[in-house]
Amino acid sequence: MPEHVKTEGRTEIIKRNKALSVSPLKASQTIGAALAFLGFHRSIPMLHGSQGCTAFGKVFFVRHFREPIPLQTTAMDQVTTVMGSEDSVVEGLKTIAEKNSPALLGVPTTGLSETQGSDVNMAVKDFRRLYPQFDAIPVVPVSTPDYAGCLESGFAKALDAIIKTLVPPAQQGGTQPGRRRRQVNVLVGSFLTPGDLEELKDIIELFGLRPLLLPDLSDSLDGHLGEQDFSPLTIGGTPVAELASVGDSLATLVIGRSLDRAADSLYELTKVPEYRFDHLMSIDAIDRFIDTLRNLSREPVPARLERQRAQLQDAMLDTHFMLGMGRFAVAGDPDLLGAFSHMLASVGSEVVAAVSPVNAPVLGDAACECVKIGDLEDLEKLAKENSAEILITNSHGVESAQRLGIPLLRAGFPQYDMLGGYQRTWIGYRGVRQTLFDLANIMLTLEKGEIHPYRSIYGQKPEYNEDTRHDDHEALAVG
Amino acid sequence: MKQKDIAELLDEPACAHNKKSKSGCAKPKPGATAGGCAFDGAQIALLPIADVAHIVHGSIACAGSSWDNRGTRSSGSRLFRVGMTTDLTEQDVIMGRGEKRLFHSIKQAVESYKPAAVFVYNTCVPALIGDDIEAVCKAAEKRWGTPVVPVDCAGFYGTKNLGNRIAGESMVKYVCGTREPDPLPESVQRPGIEVHDVTLVGEYNIAGELWHVLPLLDELGIRVLCTLSGDARYREVQTMHRSEVNMMVCSKAMINVARKLQEAFGTPWFEGSFYGVRDVSQALRDFARLIGDDDLSRRTEALIAREEAKIDEQLQPWRERLKGRKVLLYTGGVKSWSVIAALQDLGMQVVATGTKKSTEDDKARIRELMGKDAVMLEDGNPRALINIVRDNDVDVLIAGGRNMYTALKARIPFLDINQEREFGYAGYAGMVELARQLVLTIDSPIWPAVRQPAPWRLAAASAEVANA
Repeated sequence: MPEHVKTEGRTEIIKRNKALSVSPLKASQTIGAALAFLGFHRSIPMLHGSQGCTAFGKVFFVRHFREPIPLQTTAMDQVTTVMGSEDSVVEGLKTIAEKNSPALLGVPTTGLSETQGSDVNMAVKDFRRLYPQFDAIPVVPVSTPDYAGCLESGFAKALDAIIKTLVPPAQQGGTQPGRRRRQVNVLVGSFLTPGDLEELKDIIELFGLRPLLLPDLSDSLDGHLGEQDFSPLTIGGTPVAELASVGDSLATLVIGRSLDRAADSLYELTKVPEYRFDHLMSIDAIDRFIDTLRNLSREPVPARLERQRAQLQDAMLDTHFMLGMGRFAVAGDPDLLGAFSHMLASVGSEVVAAVSPVNAPVLGDAACECVKIGDLEDLEKLAKENSAEILITNSHGVESAQRLGIPLLRAGFPQYDMLGGYQRTWIGYRGVRQTLFDLANIMLTLEKGEIHPYRSIYGQKPEYNEDTRHDDHEALAVG
Repeated sequence: MKQKDIAELLDEPACAHNKKSKSGCAKPKPGATAGGCAFDGAQIALLPIADVAHIVHGSIACAGSSWDNRGTRSSGSRLFRVGMTTDLTEQDVIMGRGEKRLFHSIKQAVESYKPAAVFVYNTCVPALIGDDIEAVCKAAEKRWGTPVVPVDCAGFYGTKNLGNRIAGESMVKYVCGTREPDPLPESVQRPGIEVHDVTLVGEYNIAGELWHVLPLLDELGIRVLCTLSGDARYREVQTMHRSEVNMMVCSKAMINVARKLQEAFGTPWFEGSFYGVRDVSQALRDFARLIGDDDLSRRTEALIAREEAKIDEQLQPWRERLKGRKVLLYTGGVKSWSVIAALQDLGMQVVATGTKKSTEDDKARIRELMGKDAVMLEDGNPRALINIVRDNDVDVLIAGGRNMYTALKARIPFLDINQEREFGYAGYAGMVELARQLVLTIDSPIWPAVRQPAPWRLAAASAEVANA
């Protein structure tokens, strides 16, 4: 069975306890699922819902990635909503298949279609029956109503569905673990940015291994200028054909606890040995990852990585003066929140306010006393109560940070008010090192321990008199 | 500066170093010397005077790599943060245009920044080519009506310590006594409290720590005419001669100032420190004692009782975490005994201390505090410090900033105590910050992470053992 040591959950989870969600932290499962499909080459997700579900999702990702985002809709209207929407799915699939012949068609459902009780699996069967000419185009439906979960869980569900639909069982596909001796599958959660994924691939390649990322947003949404002028489909990502060979891989690496179910499915199908990691944002976690690669590849740890590790250690020394006893407020999807809590704890900082949009097993192991399931209003309140010094969350945290009068480090989805958030590398020795520097620099701007100027009542300093005169003047003007 | 004048400064009668056979400040040894030159010492001693234009007369190395690098703070004017130098060129040196350039530099500074005064620091090159900065300063002052003070402190005159004295000498010679203190405004008079004037010599307001102490003095009715030189203004330095008591804060560097003011104006002085609860209280008591005001003494005792009780309570949680922890203290200076007491207040054990610049008196005080077997380090080379840490299971090294990265590279928790530091430790309140910073580094989770080898190294090591 997979090597997965579950530690005892210690973190207290405080459930949502108010009717109104204010300054929501949550992004929907549906668009999370869409994002997973965007990490495959020549792919397009078609959200099964009203057209707004897609339009909002599209704007969400366009602003975050500053890229065109292929996203379609079954455009449910009054008639289909009442009379049944399966035909819309069939029609939508046919239209896209005809026009764009994609390599992968994802069909995440929405709150609307799920509440209606739309049977997407039946619709896909109908589509196959009616249009056998498109049999070569894989269609992956996934149930992702927005009234449950969050972006992270939708992403994970889509990946699970893709694996279940497209990865052949070992016997049927004739795959054998380790036949491709240098290939490793890497299941990557939604909390990893395209920048993280690039770093991850680099690290794995340093060991002479060939990483097969599922999905690979670093190839599709990394913000590169392609030769093609327009594409209705993704212009990068893992080729769907590769899914047939994942059963031949030497091993599967899983990054993010949210992917547990997808990882279980992949293991059940292929029996490829697997190694799971909650995150790669603390020296211990990265060490364990590197050591795993060393064992898999039977190669010594490359000198470059040894150097990067030593550089991270040095950065930990240099920054611990600023980050020790630092007080952070962090809000994000469970994997991201957990990862940040461990990174901060590793340098002696404390997460004094932690908010996640939904509960998840990984939160039980977060390195903080408790996690509130809630929104940015909750975060703001907790941050204030517990005197947080720095806020870490998505761009929606700007207002909260301003009201709190503390700086914001942007992480997670969406990041629309600054460029390059999607490209930021948080993981690996290098990523953590840069994050420590950035956080320490932010900490320095707070002028902690700064002693405020005291003006002696007896002071003979000329500017004291000037200022006093000034004050009197103002006081008079006001009075 | 003439050799005679330098010799006179070195021969400081009030300095305890002077009473042994090897008199005066030790000569630097080529190839084995750390620490700054006379210019460095003079500049750092006076730079905190905030509303003065500090012009470094020389080629670029002197100012270029040293301007705006002090952790000293001002409550108002920030002119001292503007770096100014004549930046002499080869042509200036060859053609002897240094004086002219200086003259115009002073004009430019006066016109652009309207400083309260201009200080001109002499450096090696102009000293060597014979620029007469005193004459230039005199002429410039006459021409533009702003005080211009020469500080003749070329680096080759001697060490940083000598530079401190040159700085003090310049203040006594050119500035002190040129103005009477402001009359006390009615608004600050309190019934029954007679206000006394004092000065603090050698207090640099690092990280603003003076502001932990000033409120106490205000409360007691003690007016600080001038701090030489933390958060000082030119017009305050002018009034130092009217002080009733001068306190030499934590440093012998400008002891000549206290002595000269005593000679000229009969002002008594004492040596004290604002580090550690015991020493803060002692300094306040010394003021009251030397001023000789019984009412002040009574109020001082009341204030001390109140503040000590308050701080004792605040320190309690930190003491629990610091109790029994071992410290290696290497301040290189007279601060040693003062900081030892502060650390012992926190329940810490000082295993060794640096005594490079300490006098016999200092050492006696150290022995009194640490016991007869106190380990004293004359030579604080990094290797020696690290060895002591290793041999004694030291928990934290407290030293100057220049030793910080040595300590960190050796994976030793560290606390910066010198002038570049970012935190103020003076006064009662400063003790809490000191305790906090100590706990922060000692208890940081990074230590195991930076000390432990990577898992693959451990695997390799255990494989070797297995094979053997």
